[in-house]
Amino acid sequence: MSKELLKFRITELLPTATFDDSGEWLNVELTAAEWPTLAGALCKDSHLALDYMFCLTCIDWKTHLTMVYHMTSTSFRHSVVVKVKLDRDKPEVVSVSKCWRTAEFHEREVYEMFGVNFLHHPDLRLLILPDGWEGKNPLRKDFEDPINMIRL
Amino acid sequence: MYRETEILQQTSPGIIGETGEFTINVGPQHPATHGVLHLVITLSGETIKKVEPHLGYIHRSIEKMCESLNYRQFIYVTSRMDYLSAHINNHACALCVEKGLQIEVPPRAQVIRILMDELTRVASHELWWGAMAMDLGAFTPFFHAFRERESINEIMEETCGARLTMNYIAPGGVVQDLHPDFQRRVKEFLKLYKRKIHEYDELVTGNIIFQNRMKGIGMLSAKDAISYGVTGPAARGSNVSSDIRKIQPYEIYDKLEFDEVLETGCDSFARYMVRIREMQQSIRIIEQLIDNIPEGDFQAKTKAVLKLPKGEFYTRVETARGELGVYIVSEGGTTPYRIKFRSPGFSNLSVLDHIARGSKIGDLVAMMGTLDLVIPDIDR
Repeated sequence: MSKELLKFRITELLPTATFDDSGEWLNVELTAAEWPTLAGALCKDSHLALDYMFCLTCIDWKTHLTMVYHMTSTSFRHSVVVKVKLDRDKPEVVSVSKCWRTAEFHEREVYEMFGVNFLHHPDLRLLILPDGWEGKNPLRKDFEDPINMIRL
Repeated sequence: MYRETEILQQTSPGIIGETGEFTINVGPQHPATHGVLHLVITLSGETIKKVEPHLGYIHRSIEKMCESLNYRQFIYVTSRMDYLSAHINNHACALCVEKGLQIEVPPRAQVIRILMDELTRVASHELWWGAMAMDLGAFTPFFHAFRERESINEIMEETCGARLTMNYIAPGGVVQDLHPDFQRRVKEFLKLYKRKIHEYDELVTGNIIFQNRMKGIGMLSAKDAISYGVTGPAARGSNVSSDIRKIQPYEIYDKLEFDEVLETGCDSFARYMVRIREMQQSIRIIEQLIDNIPEGDFQAKTKAVLKLPKGEFYTRVETARGELGVYIVSEGGTTPYRIKFRSPGFSNLSVLDHIARGSKIGDLVAMMGTLDLVIPDIDR
């Protein structure tokens, strides 16, 4: 599907979505409240069939956090990028691990690295960081560790 | 307190509750995990109920480190992610920087990069094959695999100056021209490889004990493979077309003749066969290019200090283990604002619990082996 058609179809599913098609793939910008309904539709809709999530990550913009989901369709080969803006002090978004199983691990990584709380996640625990590591999120921009310096 | 001791205390072998289930630790120091991977396995008798990976023993925070390195420097840190396809990691990063700066890479550099990529892929699969057979109790194949791998490493050493972490790619091309002996050495390697390849099938593939241990083990349906984000040979063993070289060709892959290897078995043996057949496809690519390396520059003219324009850039590359994604968010400076490496091993590991449930503990190694996990690639 071309970018125009994708845009048209996603607008049908969620009229309030805003788009940015200047990049390589179509970017869809949403709020955290809109995301769960659209996520379910994106993976199940027979015209979109975005069944493969190839990247899930987060960006710290110092004023807010942005969740970035890269999805592609293995049958039609079109891709969509979804961006969800989150509050930096209390970041919360619904987990999409039911739609894409790969999200389960990736969300655990984002949880510990950025402190995003994924609601309804089946097993939201630390994955990479040692147990007892709470409150500090290494990939946030204001993280400083004087003992184990990461910045070069 | 170190985490490992804590977990070992919590999960020391013992029967939990009335169900008779108990937990054991595989790793972080275990010969079959090929690195510091720690699996906490819940067993009922000999049957696996749950596999829980504990990561982070070799986490170096490469993503954070890259935020303070400039666009020429950060490429070389990525050699340390998947050290068996270091060259392909470098390639992915260079492609992403080139995409942002819209640099046209000279044809000679493109061909050199692909030749090195495919040599790396063969070397990586060789090591996997030897290690895989060793995990299942056959020691001889390891030496056979290393014999061929060694000649690839020597070729790499001659041209790149290093055997494993090649660091041969720079934005715009490659760091230096090929060694004058490169073509001769590669042709010698091709001859050697063709003379020896039948040994692989005679030693391992056709072995009835090996086949009995691999067939019907670790079943992964195509739908689950896609949902779990499994890529590379592990996905292609479940008949999922996932070769980025075919889906989103980069460099001159679209002009080359090679097949995407697909198997329909969905089990460990299918994943094994994909890699064996993929080595032959890589050899086919090398044969097409080795006599056709174009003359000209090996590097495009670039500025000394690279500044990516404001925006987001994503490249996908097929490494020996699957899809590597490099996602750069730039604010227009000399260093990336945020960088994310979507490593193939991380997603491939996440499926282990799914495929291992219900099988016997003895088969775990046969399943893990065919996922071809490289731990620094998972942890980053």
